[in-house]
Amino acid sequence: MKILVCISHVPDTTSKINFTDGDTKFDTNGVQFVINPNDEFGLTRAMWFKEKQSAHVTVVNVGGPETEPTLRKALAIGADAAIRVNTPATDGFSVAKQLAQVVTDGNYDLVIAGRESIDYNGGMVPGMIAGLTNANFVNNCINLEIEGTSVTAVREIDGGKETVSTTLPLVIGGQKGIVEESDLRIPNMRGIMMARQKPLTVTEPVAANAETNSVKFEKPAPKGAVKLVSPDNLDELINLLHNEAKVI
Amino acid sequence: MSVLVYTESEQGKLKKTAFEVASYAKAVAEQLGTTVTAITINADDTSPLSNYGVDKVLTVTSSELSTFNAKGFAEVLHQAAEKEESKVVVLSSSANSKYLAPLLAVYLNAGYASNVIAAPSSTSPFTVKRSAFTNKAFEEISINTDVKIIGVSNNAFGLIENSGAASEETFSPSITDLGIKVESVDKASDKVSIADAEIVVSGGRGLKGPENWGMIEELAEVLGAATACSKPVSDLGWRPHAEHVGQTGKPVASNLYIAIGISGAIQHLAGINASKVKVVINTDPEAPFFKAADYGVVGDAFQVVPELIEKLKSFKAQQ
Repeated sequence: MKILVCISHVPDTTSKINFTDGDTKFDTNGVQFVINPNDEFGLTRAMWFKEKQSAHVTVVNVGGPETEPTLRKALAIGADAAIRVNTPATDGFSVAKQLAQVVTDGNYDLVIAGRESIDYNGGMVPGMIAGLTNANFVNNCINLEIEGTSVTAVREIDGGKETVSTTLPLVIGGQKGIVEESDLRIPNMRGIMMARQKPLTVTEPVAANAETNSVKFEKPAPKGAVKLVSPDNLDELINLLHNEAKVI
Repeated sequence: MSVLVYTESEQGKLKKTAFEVASYAKAVAEQLGTTVTAITINADDTSPLSNYGVDKVLTVTSSELSTFNAKGFAEVLHQAAEKEESKVVVLSSSANSKYLAPLLAVYLNAGYASNVIAAPSSTSPFTVKRSAFTNKAFEEISINTDVKIIGVSNNAFGLIENSGAASEETFSPSITDLGIKVESVDKASDKVSIADAEIVVSGGRGLKGPENWGMIEELAEVLGAATACSKPVSDLGWRPHAEHVGQTGKPVASNLYIAIGISGAIQHLAGINASKVKVVINTDPEAPFFKAADYGVVGDAFQVVPELIEKLKSFKAQQ
C-alpha cells in the first residue's frame, strides 16, 4: 500500500496572531511552525500501517523552501520520503490541484490529510483531492482499518459517529481520534539523523489559478472587562443572563 | 440565476440551520437582484422555508440517499445548481455540509469560502468575511470563479424572517456510484449535539475527576444544553473525544458557553470564541478565561454549580 500524507506547515497553536503589510499578510515574525495537528494524527496512523502492514509512506507539502524543516520532522517521525511542490500555498483549491497531481503521478492508494489546517481553517483540501482524483472520501475520520482494498472507517458526525465501508483508492480527512494524543511520536535522535538521508524531492507546480484571494485580515475587537458576580449572589448571574445577555 | 441553498433536514424535519442558511441566501439574492431556490433531500414538510425568503423549493425524495452520502448529496446539489443556473450556492457549517462542500466545489469548478460570518461586503468582486486562525482573526476573501460556494458559520448570521410564498417542485436527479456505504450510526437521540446547541456547558480539569461530571450534566439538562470539555479532560480519558472543544477539537458557536473549572488556554479560547456570551466559574481569579469571558464567578465549582442548578430550576419553573 502506498500512502501519501499531506502536511500543512502552520503556526504553533500557542502563537500570537498578527498581520503585516497593511493587514494583508500573516506576520511570521517570531512564530514557530509545526506540522498541522490534524495532519500529525494522520501521519501517526500512517506509521502504524507502515509498521503493521508494510505500507510505504510519503509526505507532501505545497510551499516554499521555508517549509522543509516541517517535512524533515515528518521524515524523522518515520515517513520514507518527502515531496515539496515548489509554490506558495495561496488558496485551498489551487493547493488541492497541486496535491491531486502528486497523487496521480505517484499512484497512491491512500491519501491522508487533516480535516482542516489550524491557520486558514479552509477544510477543503482533502475533499477536493478526492473529487479531483475520483477517489472515495471520508471526512472527520476517527478510526481507519484497511484489509487489502477493503476499508472500514468511522467518521464523527454532529452528535455521534458513523461507521462506513468503502474501498481504496481513498482520501481521508483526519483528526484526533484516528490515533490518540498519547500515540503521537516525538522524533528521537536516530530518527532525526536518518531523516537527513531520506529523499526530499522538490517538484515544480502545475498551472492552477487561485480561485479565491485573501484580501485583508482583521483581529476581533478587544473584549470588554468581565462582569464579576459574587458566588453568594447567583440570582444576579441568572438575572444578567436573562435580562442583559438574553441568552436564557 | 437564483441563489441555491441546501436546507438540511434530519429524520425528515428541517434543521434550525436550514432557516439560517435560507436567511443568508435571501440576503445574497437581494444584493444580486434574484430569487432563492432551496433544495431539500428527504424532508417531509418544507413549508416553513417560505418564512425565510425562499421562493422555490426543490424536493428530492430518494431511498438511496436515506443516509447521508457526501458524493451523492454533492451530486444532487451539482445538478440542482446547473438546472437553476445558480451562480451562488449557500451551505451550512454542519459536519455533513462541510463534508460535501469540497466535492461540490470540484464538480462546479467553484471557489469555496468556509466559515463565512457575514453577508457579502461586495458582489463584484464577490467578497465575504470568514473566520480564520480558529477565530483568532477574520479574513476577507474574494471568490474569483463564475460559481461561488459559501459555507455559513453556525449561529453567525442568525434567522431573518421574510414571509412569502414558496412554490414546490419535485426534483429527480440521477445518482450513480456512491462509493461509501453506511454500516451503522451511533448517535444519542436524546442529547443535543455541540454543533446544534444554543447553550454549551463545559468542564475542565478543575472538576478533579470524571466522577464529578454529574453536576455538569445536570446543569446542561436544566438549560437544555450540550456538554463539552477541555483538551486535558479528553486526553485524560475522563470524557469522550467527541466532547473536546478547542483548536484541535470541535468549534463552538453557541449563544451561551459556560466554562467550569477551565483555566482558558489560548487553544481552548480560540475554539469557543465564536460563542456570543461566555461565563466562567473558576476558583482562580487570575485564570486567563476571565479576560475572555463576559460574566465570571470566582468560586469553587463544587459549591457554585449545585447552587446554580437549584436557582435555575426555580427560575425555569417561574418562566
